[in-house]
Amino acid sequence: MTTTTRVPLRTEKRARSASEGTRRKRRGSVTLTVLTSLMAIYALVPLAWLVINATKTQDGLFTSFGLWFDDGHFALGTNLRDTFTYDHGIYLRWLGNTLFYVVVGAGGATFLAVLAGYGLAKFDFPGKRAVFGIVIGAVAVPPSALAVPTFLMFSRIGLTNTPWAVIIPSLIVPFGLYLMWTFADEAVPVEMLEAARVDGASEMRTFFRISVPLLAPGIVTVLLFSMVATMNNYLLPLIMLKNPDWYPLTVGLNSWNAQATTAGGQAVFNLVIAGSLIMIVLLLAAFLTLQRYWQSGLAAGSVKE
Amino acid sequence: MAVPQLAAPRAVKTTHRRSWAGWQFVGPFMIVFTLVFLAPIAYAIYLSLYRNRLIGGNAFVGLDNYRKVIQDPQFWSAFGRVALFLAVQVPIMLFLALLVALAIDSGRLYGAGFFRITIFLPYAVPAVVAALMWGFMYGARFGLIGNLSDFLHVQLPDPLRPGLILASIGNITTWEYVGYNMLIFYSALRVVPKSLYESAEIDGAGQFRIITAIKLPHIRGALVIATIFSVIGTFQLFNEPSILKDLAPNAITTYFTPNFYAYSLTFSGQEFNYSAAVAVVMAVLTMIVAYVVQLRGSRQR
Repeated sequence: MTTTTRVPLRTEKRARSASEGTRRKRRGSVTLTVLTSLMAIYALVPLAWLVINATKTQDGLFTSFGLWFDDGHFALGTNLRDTFTYDHGIYLRWLGNTLFYVVVGAGGATFLAVLAGYGLAKFDFPGKRAVFGIVIGAVAVPPSALAVPTFLMFSRIGLTNTPWAVIIPSLIVPFGLYLMWTFADEAVPVEMLEAARVDGASEMRTFFRISVPLLAPGIVTVLLFSMVATMNNYLLPLIMLKNPDWYPLTVGLNSWNAQATTAGGQAVFNLVIAGSLIMIVLLLAAFLTLQRYWQSGLAAGSVKE
Repeated sequence: MAVPQLAAPRAVKTTHRRSWAGWQFVGPFMIVFTLVFLAPIAYAIYLSLYRNRLIGGNAFVGLDNYRKVIQDPQFWSAFGRVALFLAVQVPIMLFLALLVALAIDSGRLYGAGFFRITIFLPYAVPAVVAALMWGFMYGARFGLIGNLSDFLHVQLPDPLRPGLILASIGNITTWEYVGYNMLIFYSALRVVPKSLYESAEIDGAGQFRIITAIKLPHIRGALVIATIFSVIGTFQLFNEPSILKDLAPNAITTYFTPNFYAYSLTFSGQEFNYSAAVAVVMAVLTMIVAYVVQLRGSRQR
């Protein structure tokens, strides 16, 4: 079993390095590059728009051309400062909330998915088929179709308007379980587990000492995807939280945006834009520094379909 | 005792002894899963069988709420909208993603790594921020469309008007998810054995033939998975219309998408029971479509 799972991995690597060899030899195509550039421009223009407009004042947004800077008014510094100080520094509070939800929610989700994925891949236990069936069936249920019933349930037990109302539902990422399951199946050789058992180690000890290091790339991938899911969360905190002090950034930024349309509200589009920019820069920095991990992890997830 | 175990090492290796040990790993997940997945589903089904009356409180009404959903023109209008979205936006997005993935995988691009990262970038932008950003750009007052209209001295159509709003939302979701799907396809393409291409080239097959005969069949699994995720994502469309509603209050109704409808029913209408029935119907419809996609995908394999 182990030998058959290991060999394809090796040949795969060989095939990859071989193909990189032929790739270098193959001639580049200008037409193809130009066509793909169109897609890259499509991807980048809105981001460029955001960066440019983060340098404008609220008035400048209305009076200057969208894709170029406002002459003479470079307000990036003011905007950034105002974003952090507006309404007694609520932005920083929202940023902190988001980080808290991400660390506890995505961290917990990863922990649960790694444990369960490993359990499903490496153990045979009574009820395994039922677990499999239920989880697969549940993946097709849109999480947001669950949001309203979850809200009604949580309001019954008095959990709404607390951070737990956001954290508990984000602890389950079925896709993370699936990814971890396929990954653990390949990455942990059964012989090593058998050897540890013969030495008398408990299953948990074996898991933390032997399996976790082998699962590391998969764990990082699941963590990253759970983080993105938690950070993107909008509907759930929107319905669960009434108190702005507990808002994550997504709900907070939109409440600033909506402020302009409410009676007597102050329009702060410049702060919405600057606040979005700060959030995106933080996210992109995380993505780019960890790209080696999530790219290999994504590949691992798609190998076994 | 030890003898039969030694006699059958193969069985021990492939499937580890059947015992309860696995539950200490799967158990914690299943407990939370029951609380946040199964309990709300059960609660939604329970709620959907009752109706709150002003006099007499909650009364059991059987399948009345479901009968009402099936005859509800607002629900079907919402469902029709996401179905149209599914039929138009999802194929365009997946086709673009596939083209880019094939281009990057072909090895004939200058700066392939740059393109892979750049086109993926929008995925890292939260949907809410993406909707806010595009909403600003669509806006007639200080958006790009307004600028372009002034610049060209013509009146460009307002992307936020009722007839165009669905297409405008389609553009936002395409922008967000093209790169993500591209990366799924690209990862699947990377593990196609390269020797197949070489033998095909020796046999005189052109690039197009290699794509249709080797690459696409090999990544069918990834195509099916990406389609299923897109189906689920489309049917639960909420963030974009909800955010754009402030900018286009006339174009986006309270029943714009089924999910938005369930939300409005609960939070503006206080119709908890009926909203639960809408959520259940939508979940069932999603599962059916996802199942059909999966069935079709694996049958052709």
